[in-house]
Amino acid sequence: MADPKLRPVDDVLIEGQHNYDTITDRIGSVVLNQDNFSPSHAKGKQWFLFITMGFLLVSVLMLSIGWLLYQGIGIWGNNQPSAWGFDIINFVWWIGIGHAGTLISAILLLMRQKWRMSINRFAEAMTIFAVMCAGLFPLLHTGRPWAAYWLFPYPNWLAMWPNFRSPLVWDVFAVSTYFTVSLLFWGIGLIPDFATLRDRAKNKTARFVYGVASLGWRGSTKHWHRYEQAYLILGGLSTPLVLSVHSIVSFDFAVSILPGWHVTLFPPYFVAGAVFAGFAMVLAFLIPMRAMYNLKDFVTMKHIDWMCKIMLATGMIVFYGYLAEIFFSFYSGNQYEAFMMKNRMFGPYGWAYWLLILCNGIVPLTLWKQKYRQHLPWVWIVTLFVSVGMWFERFVIIPMSLHRDFLPSSWGMYVPTIWDFGMFLGTIGLFFFLMFLFIRFLPMISIFEMRELLHRTKEGEHKAEPAVTGGEA
Amino acid sequence: MHAPTKPGPFGIIAEYESPETLIAAANTALDQGYTRMDAFTPFPVHGLPEAIGFREAKVPWIIFVMGVMGGFGGLALQWWVSVHAYPLNVGGRPLFSWPSFVPPAFETTILFAAFGAVFGMIGLNRLPQPHHPVFDAPNFDRASQDRFFLLIEAKDPRYAADETRSTLEGTGAVQVTVLGQEEESDW
Repeated sequence: MADPKLRPVDDVLIEGQHNYDTITDRIGSVVLNQDNFSPSHAKGKQWFLFITMGFLLVSVLMLSIGWLLYQGIGIWGNNQPSAWGFDIINFVWWIGIGHAGTLISAILLLMRQKWRMSINRFAEAMTIFAVMCAGLFPLLHTGRPWAAYWLFPYPNWLAMWPNFRSPLVWDVFAVSTYFTVSLLFWGIGLIPDFATLRDRAKNKTARFVYGVASLGWRGSTKHWHRYEQAYLILGGLSTPLVLSVHSIVSFDFAVSILPGWHVTLFPPYFVAGAVFAGFAMVLAFLIPMRAMYNLKDFVTMKHIDWMCKIMLATGMIVFYGYLAEIFFSFYSGNQYEAFMMKNRMFGPYGWAYWLLILCNGIVPLTLWKQKYRQHLPWVWIVTLFVSVGMWFERFVIIPMSLHRDFLPSSWGMYVPTIWDFGMFLGTIGLFFFLMFLFIRFLPMISIFEMRELLHRTKEGEHKAEPAVTGGEA
Repeated sequence: MHAPTKPGPFGIIAEYESPETLIAAANTALDQGYTRMDAFTPFPVHGLPEAIGFREAKVPWIIFVMGVMGGFGGLALQWWVSVHAYPLNVGGRPLFSWPSFVPPAFETTILFAAFGAVFGMIGLNRLPQPHHPVFDAPNFDRASQDRFFLLIEAKDPRYAADETRSTLEGTGAVQVTVLGQEEESDW
């Protein structure tokens, strides 16, 4: 070893040889090194390619929204009886994807899981962007998005107030609180890293912008003390919040009387599904990113292994939910419930149900084997299966329950239009676009938490404690 | 423009290479009776607030009070709207059907508490503060990267320019610097 202070970090959470400076440099330079984003360099070309793809899809979104505002929501496939279609499917899908970020940042924080430190920033960014995509759908589904503030209770000359007994109003409170709290959580996590970037940036504009964003953070111990108190309690607040958000989303369905929706199982089953989908999306992005930006020392195979295990566990809860739904429908002795289940499996959209079982129930079971959890291409493919599967779960729940309810004379079919697909692809593009902007301007791994992790690992060495491991060799 | 007169130093700052030497130094200073100290580190170092004799639990109280206000505020809003401003008979339920009001009240509790956490922390830390005398310390840009600093303020009753300096020099510091007072700003 040339530098005596550069010690091998004998820990599964940080691989390679690192000290505080190399960590700062490795993560900070992703943002500060212009080569990463200039089209004349190989890495910059990749970034340009992705951001352009994102931008093109954002254009599709703009076009879809523009036409929607001009024509009204008649351009979508929503109809009677299927008054909810892609809009609500996509809303629930995106909100669910966001949940992994909060789970990683808050619940794992409370459980003192140190491995969260290298993925929380990234996952929180995903949360915020996913909630932004989610919010677009109900907003536009109102038909008159410019009057969306009517959803909030405020004194107005109409002397009208929202009906607080409606789960849809609860949803407004839950989603807006969720977005705000996630943004705050993410924002205060960034302050110390902005200070680092301010002190490292050579470019004057960058130094000024990061300096303003850092609020003049100087790393005072008194500040850190209050910071840690605030951060930990925010984690404690976000934990019940994230559980409440998807529970409230599930109330949109469970509080109604429609067969297929009126299920007490919904809140826990929705929350598990959200975490499942969210971890899939985190992995789908992290696996290529860690290779692209040389971050394999911080997002190690151990991290991927643990995330796969969480996916496996939540996937099995979801699968249990599917089985329980089948049991309830027949054990209830209710002919509408039984019909709903038969229609789900063998009706006109039966293929969607079996696709769902394949994607969410069968494919993730391969993650039981460590060999598959360590095989990155396979893990990546599984994450795509899960993302598709979770989308189909909402398809199965929403239009498939609506299209054949109690009265056969009111049955119908739900067929999405090109504008439904345009909106959906468009939000995927928006998400992509925002993620790549995030990678461009903000450190995608929390630098100060990685330093802290390094410090604690070294402390562990002094005390001759066994290194933190996840078990098997 | 430089201010012509500087009203005495702001304090003495010492730079260390590791958090362990910093904690040891802070303990030494604390034992010698210094009270107005602060340390600057690139990450929260556990045991350091105790080592500089700093104890405070205002943030949790702010969060608690804000949370309670948010919860009862949310409930009160829903009660007032549903009972007084816009009474709606939904399926014969009582106007104050509180179980339906739990989810929004829960969300407002969390929302207000989170505002309390973030803005309470920022406010108590007196941020944003674009400039502070410690930024003039040599190498201070590394306080956000890989160096650890201990400051003893000139306001400390125990402060004596030479003695304080030699105390800090004896604690394994890489360098010890006297910080100038914050200049009167022109703007």
